[in-house]
Amino acid sequence: MKRHLISAGDLSRDDALLILDTAEELARVSERSIKKLPTLRGRTVVNLFFEDSTRTRISFEAAAKRLSADVINFSAKGSSVSKGESLKDTALTLEAMGADAVVIRHGSSGAPHRLANWVHGSVVNAGDGTHEHPTQALLDAFSMRRRLGALDGRRITIVGDVLHSRVARSNVLLLHTLGAEVTLVAPPTLLPVSVDTWPCSVSYDLDGVLPKSDAVMMLRVQKERMNAAYFPSEREYSRRYGLDRDRFAKLPDDAIVMHPGPMNRGMEIAAEVADSPRSTIVEQVANGVTIRMAVLYLLLGGEIA
Amino acid sequence: MSESRAVLEGPDIHRALTRIAHEILERTKGADEVVLLGIPTRGATLARRLGDRIEQFEGLKIPVGSIDITMYRDDLRSGPVRPLGRTELPADGVDGRTVVLVDDVLYSGRTVRAALDALNDLGRPTAVQLATLVDRGHRELPIRADYVGKNLPTAKSEKVKVFLQEIDGRDAVLLMKEEAR
Repeated sequence: MKRHLISAGDLSRDDALLILDTAEELARVSERSIKKLPTLRGRTVVNLFFEDSTRTRISFEAAAKRLSADVINFSAKGSSVSKGESLKDTALTLEAMGADAVVIRHGSSGAPHRLANWVHGSVVNAGDGTHEHPTQALLDAFSMRRRLGALDGRRITIVGDVLHSRVARSNVLLLHTLGAEVTLVAPPTLLPVSVDTWPCSVSYDLDGVLPKSDAVMMLRVQKERMNAAYFPSEREYSRRYGLDRDRFAKLPDDAIVMHPGPMNRGMEIAAEVADSPRSTIVEQVANGVTIRMAVLYLLLGGEIA
Repeated sequence: MSESRAVLEGPDIHRALTRIAHEILERTKGADEVVLLGIPTRGATLARRLGDRIEQFEGLKIPVGSIDITMYRDDLRSGPVRPLGRTELPADGVDGRTVVLVDDVLYSGRTVRAALDALNDLGRPTAVQLATLVDRGHRELPIRADYVGKNLPTAKSEKVKVFLQEIDGRDAVLLMKEEAR
């Protein structure tokens, strides 16, 4: 494995399977009464969050703590960043504190890549702008594999705001590496211009795709990024691209429903679909801690060059 | 090149495990409270064989599991990151039981130290014992085995390699003389 985890596209098939297999063993730790391992004792993990995020930050924090690493949380609000410090100076400060790994969430695409040139430790991308969110893709793949078995030849449908979604991009890259066939379904306005270069197919017809899907992943409509008229109204979006009860019935009987959260119930997903036994939404949260433990172990568990 | 010599062949391993199974039954007075935990990979296979043996002798099915020690090793920071093995505890756990740890080769004792730490996070056994197919000496910690298949005097420069039918397609213990590096 490489020293950093910036993009899901950096992972070879062997790397990805090693992470998933490691997570499979670590999942057993979460089931026992003492959920802690001494493995990363003396290592320091810094959570560097320039964007608001609760679930990803606490997920990384729980993962690092379960491996006995020391965790330092650094959020941009109320910190030196709000006083005008640059990313590079922040990085050098963290470096001086002896961070072995920096987990970074940043509003600008490419910030983790820049950071990786400035620090000696490992950099883990916890979401950068509209670019990538590789640990989310890994936990999604892990959740799918636990429910569906090996992903080779599985048909995965990703629905919604692909344009603003780092989750979609990371998922397409990783699922392709793992041998799955990905179909993106979205209004044309919510697809990036370069989508034809992605290793996946594109459709505008959700009802046509659903019967041929082993898993369907609903993306959140990111209201905070809806700065232009991407669709006429929320109601129309929900009618055409939301997963309601009728559409849910079109899925094959053993297909699963996923959502990276936080979800807008009644918008992209109906409440009763989100709460159905075939929804993995709650599992995805638990699997997030497990997969982040696997990533931190594989990046920091051995000799650091 | 290294030269190697078989110190135990298939039938020897068979006899050694049979004897250890009898010793476990004797020492634990019928093995009622015993849980066998093998250290992956080959220790786990040996634990299963011992379990089968004890069942043959006494008609008693004793719980068998495995305990991975990778996350508890003291040498993780030397060398590349290691893939994890499987930890599988019997349904009733280890609380109040006599745990017999099973490994293929006992050498520095550091693996067993790690296994004791791992066990500590899994429950509280009444007692912990240790069975090993080969004891090759050179202990670095105050640890000894309760059941030994074969005591094998070795030089530190030599390597002991255990082959088992289930994993390697044959049963043998080889002693390899490594040339000085």
